[in-house]
Amino acid sequence: MSSSRWILIGLALAVVVALFSPLASPHPDGLERVAEDHGFIEAAQDAPYELAPDYALPGIEDEALSTIGAGILGVLLVFGLVWLVGRSLRPRERGVRA
Amino acid sequence: MHIPDGFVGPGTAAITYVASAGMVALGARKTRQELGERQVPLMGVMAAFIFAAQMINFKVAGGTSGHLLGAALAAILLGPWSGSLVITAVLMVQALVFQDGGIMALGANVFNMAVVGIWVAWFTYQALQRLLPDEKWFWARAFVAAWLSVVIASAAASLELAFSGVSPLGVVLPAMVGVHVLIGIGEGLITGAVLVFIRASHKELLAPYALGGGEA
Repeated sequence: MSSSRWILIGLALAVVVALFSPLASPHPDGLERVAEDHGFIEAAQDAPYELAPDYALPGIEDEALSTIGAGILGVLLVFGLVWLVGRSLRPRERGVRA
Repeated sequence: MHIPDGFVGPGTAAITYVASAGMVALGARKTRQELGERQVPLMGVMAAFIFAAQMINFKVAGGTSGHLLGAALAAILLGPWSGSLVITAVLMVQALVFQDGGIMALGANVFNMAVVGIWVAWFTYQALQRLLPDEKWFWARAFVAAWLSVVIASAAASLELAFSGVSPLGVVLPAMVGVHVLIGIGEGLITGAVLVFIRASHKELLAPYALGGGEA
């Protein structure tokens, strides 16, 4: 199978998973639970800036759509970041496309 | 178990940043040496999938949730060095864009999940391959490696919190490990399921070392 085909299938699968993100459990995760139970949750500091906190894409009213949008944005960002880093690590070869 | 800012002190943050940066640099060098034609796209797809899967919190006991870490999945599919880079990229985007995990604490989060998680998964998987070499144990090896990677990563996070004076080790370690023993079951089930799916549909993506049974 050509590599571009399974890349697209893989990315499509990741996007499909992101579509389910509004169904995620809203309960605190393991560390948050421990921090709440043992009284150190207040030690957490706010981020110095906020882009899309809590996986909510700003400007989208609908909560589920906002989460899905954040998921798809994140999927594309991590794919792009790894792709760029990976390409820069590739040894230069003859005839390599820019 | 993404640590927010404020949970790790400056000393812990600095030490884990340096350790993580060193391991990532080493990972980049090793990855460069073994970079085949399909490794880069496979790394990108794995990063994308792990990012998406990390958004899906599943419920565990007592009003607590957990989500996939993906260290075992990345280590088994890509090898530990490339796998470490993939988890690091996911953690960077989560911290910088989605404010999930602190920026001061990024070194600690990379250390716990992309270094400790990856290498525990890797060595566990290797050891189990010797103990249970038959391909029919493929799923079980992945499950145990994934479970243990989450539990030990949570222990590493506990050590950092205790070292930072946020919570005494005798309190935070049993609490964290106790919760992640449960979350790790979810990790093991998802990791095993994804790997079995890949084996069934795209066996050529699995490195010979992943399948076991001697010569693949």
